[in-house]
Amino acid sequence: MFDLDWSIVARYREEIVSGLLLALRLTFSSFAIGAVLGLLIAFARVSGKRWLSGPAAFYVETIRNVPLLLLLLIFYFGMPMFAYRSLPEWLADLIVFDGVGSVIVAFSLYYATYLSEVFRAGILSVGNRYLDAGRALGLGRIGIARYITLPIMFRTVLPSLTNTLISLFKDTSIAMAIAVPELTFAARKMSTDTFKVFEAWITVGAIYLVVSWIIAVVMRWIERRIKWAV
Amino acid sequence: MERTLKVIADNLDLMASGLAITLVISLIVIVAGTVIGILGGVGLLFGPRWLRAILRAYVDILRGTPLLVQMFLIFYVLPEVGVEINGFQAVCVALSLFAGAHISEIVRGAVSAVPKGQFDAGRSLGLTFAPLMRNVVLPQALPTALPPWTNTAIEMVKATSLAYLLSVSDLLFRTQNIVERTGVAMPFYITAAIIYILVNAALSRFGLWLERRTRYAT
Repeated sequence: MFDLDWSIVARYREEIVSGLLLALRLTFSSFAIGAVLGLLIAFARVSGKRWLSGPAAFYVETIRNVPLLLLLLIFYFGMPMFAYRSLPEWLADLIVFDGVGSVIVAFSLYYATYLSEVFRAGILSVGNRYLDAGRALGLGRIGIARYITLPIMFRTVLPSLTNTLISLFKDTSIAMAIAVPELTFAARKMSTDTFKVFEAWITVGAIYLVVSWIIAVVMRWIERRIKWAV
Repeated sequence: MERTLKVIADNLDLMASGLAITLVISLIVIVAGTVIGILGGVGLLFGPRWLRAILRAYVDILRGTPLLVQMFLIFYVLPEVGVEINGFQAVCVALSLFAGAHISEIVRGAVSAVPKGQFDAGRSLGLTFAPLMRNVVLPQALPTALPPWTNTAIEMVKATSLAYLLSVSDLLFRTQNIVERTGVAMPFYITAAIIYILVNAALSRFGLWLERRTRYAT
């Protein structure tokens, strides 16, 4: 068997901590942008207007069936090659991102599809009587969405949002493919620098496990706090 | 434009060989994951206490950590303890264990949704545990388990792309290689994306077909 030497964890403390912080930053930025996009897509899909629901459905069905890693490579390697060759420079500058930017763009676009499904289920679960009540109060379509559908569905979708958030956090490990120094990148560096492969991967695996667990506990606490009657 | 078309035509066979690897890995993983999942799900519900504890830890740890970390762990750590493993094998083992954990949870949920009377009816007919599961319980759990099973299968097809990070020449690895060699990016990325979409569409059709086939009157 092999000798375990956990002191390398202390030696790589800085890489691990900064890697975890970057992973969390990627998680929360992508989640925020993805949630806004997902909400728009969800409303487009239930709008009943073909020219809105058609493209929204197409977007979800295509992006969701492509590997996230492929999307990431498209934004990191493909975009610069394509943009600087065929577009005016100002436009190319606008759509070409560095590593962290590519991760956030690819993850937001990808997770928007999952989040739109969550939100769509939430919107459809809001009972008709609430919408009727809103109409009776003279609210327009946007008023109903803002003051009735959103607050009521927020509570029903919260558990699914937690699951999606945790999946997103775990998926940030894929960012190491384009050398973004997040947690898995730190683990790979530890394991290839020191050959202490077991210690490196077990440590980082445990960190992912604990942080996922903390996210779940915090979100469950929030779920309990938000108990306006529905 | 003409040059681009020629570059694409020259490299299509490479992409096809990548697709073949992707399909082989997907098939192995979905079959192995389903077998692990059925055993794991039944074990989670009816196993002796020590087995339930082990399976619970297995399912929770694999579902709580990134697949990529599990893959690297298997690829780098197994050789240290004397098990020779190449990238292809590491990907297959990692993805199968991961799929198995997810499908265990699906099977557990579906089996526990089978009405208790069905168990009692089976037992009163004198069935022992294995025939009871095989002939009475699992067929009735199937319609509940199939939709999430199909989703997991599609997630696994997408996850085979992680093989690229262990230099296994799957579809994504071939695509990235061609892009780096030829300097033509988007046409190849988009072709790869369309191939993944088609494979997953076929898989989702297959899932719907299975659902129709297994919908008995209950």
